[in-house]
Amino acid sequence: MSTSVLFDTPGPRARVRNAVLTVLGVALVATVVYLIYAGFDAKSQWDGRIWEPFLKYETWDFYIIPGLLGTLRAAAVAAVLALVFGAVFGLARLSDHRWIRIPAGAVVEIFRSIPLLLLIFFIFYLAPSLFGGGDYAFIALVTALMLYNGSVLAEVVRAGVRAVPKGQSEAAYSIGMRKNQVMRLVLLPQAVTAMMPAIVSQLVVLLKDTALGYIIAYVDLLNTGFKILPAVFFGSLIPAAIVIGIIYIGLNMALSALANWLEKRSRRSRKTAAPPVVPPGASVLGVGPGAGGGAGAEAVATME
Amino acid sequence: MDELITYGPQLLEGFLENIKLSLVAGVFALIVGTLLVAMRVSPTPVLRAAGTVYVNVVRNTPLTLVLAFSALGLSDTLGLVFSDVPRTNSFWLVSLGLGAYTAAFVCEALRAGINTVPTGQAEAARAIGLTFFQSLTLIILPQAFRAVVAPLGSVMIAMIKNTTVATAGGLLTESAANMKEIFDTTGASIPIFLGIVAGFMILTMPIGFFTGWLSQRLAVVR
Repeated sequence: MSTSVLFDTPGPRARVRNAVLTVLGVALVATVVYLIYAGFDAKSQWDGRIWEPFLKYETWDFYIIPGLLGTLRAAAVAAVLALVFGAVFGLARLSDHRWIRIPAGAVVEIFRSIPLLLLIFFIFYLAPSLFGGGDYAFIALVTALMLYNGSVLAEVVRAGVRAVPKGQSEAAYSIGMRKNQVMRLVLLPQAVTAMMPAIVSQLVVLLKDTALGYIIAYVDLLNTGFKILPAVFFGSLIPAAIVIGIIYIGLNMALSALANWLEKRSRRSRKTAAPPVVPPGASVLGVGPGAGGGAGAEAVATME
Repeated sequence: MDELITYGPQLLEGFLENIKLSLVAGVFALIVGTLLVAMRVSPTPVLRAAGTVYVNVVRNTPLTLVLAFSALGLSDTLGLVFSDVPRTNSFWLVSLGLGAYTAAFVCEALRAGINTVPTGQAEAARAIGLTFFQSLTLIILPQAFRAVVAPLGSVMIAMIKNTTVATAGGLLTESAANMKEIFDTTGASIPIFLGIVAGFMILTMPIGFFTGWLSQRLAVVR
């Protein structure tokens, strides 16, 4: 159901009512915005002085860009590792052999249910006692992100392969393909198309979660932008929060837009018989043929 | 194992803090999320836009930034203080941040639920003369809530796991901060880690099962 049918095309009275509601809405939004503005103003957060550092090239060169690179590096490495982890464990869970399927299932379920920060702390403190001293912030962050997001992606892979209609593998078996060939030549190519949007939305989650590195002092955007920068330019905490917030939101929205585009594309694609896979933990509603009048809910992004 | 027994009381206390946080933030998120979804489907474009902006901004901001901002920005710089006791103050600040963050996801789950309600339901509601507000609260939302019990359960489970990030908001009495403190003194301890993980599993798994069961019971047969 599209949201617009919740109300009729307005007649004269409804038009007046809507106009009143719009005025009230504007007043409400304006009040909230003004209160925020005035609150910031009372603490003189709009002073040019504390915003000035963000106009200088040095600030970006010394603090923001190195932090951003730290974030992107952690996200990129973790994403590649998580995709590999997810592919291996997702396929292992589909195995016909119980001795592969059950341990793989256990690993996936366990890492999915551990709060990510606890995992990061644990690896961060465990690594020095195993491998000797050193800086393990990057390794701890990347490993934990790989284990958690890899486990979620394993579920996506499993769901993707399962979403391919049974007739596809039956047909493949009937022309004499072997199990390996069915998986490699028939199921996976179709599953990957169906999985793409879910994978990209999970990568948004991964990118957001790199900010947890802040807590173990990994040099990421949040760390350089929100801890080091305000310490150097006294008083510029709020501007710093706003600037790095905008950077994070921009990055994630670009990735989300990619996910939405991929989903739209895979929904009308003829290359696969499988409907798009929804990320686990998100709603399974409104996807697939015949659901909710076919208006199609956007996939709900997973949080964490 | 000895460590788990030695530090047991401290861990348990931290864990109770996580539960308290989850309850407060969960209630807050459900209320705000419902208001947000009402805004997002309302006939008033301004409110729709405001709801959309809120959801998109909050959903794409890392929780760590939200919580660090609520501690350092809202409280220290802008002077929003809930209590003179620092511990109580950061508890409410973290609840506020976590609730505001989770509300965006509650809103999106509910909106997906509204999308499953057949068009005919809203049309019938309008045909018998219900206003937008009446049809939303009497016809649409009750059915939407029933449809999203399981996804809402997932949102809540994720939120419970997210209470560990409270450390970033300066709340140093919950289990992740406690674990860090213990690791600082004793080094990494596998029993303690497993103990806390078990605690979280005991907390989250029943929610998954319960909401799964409930969603089947409440499912609207169409």
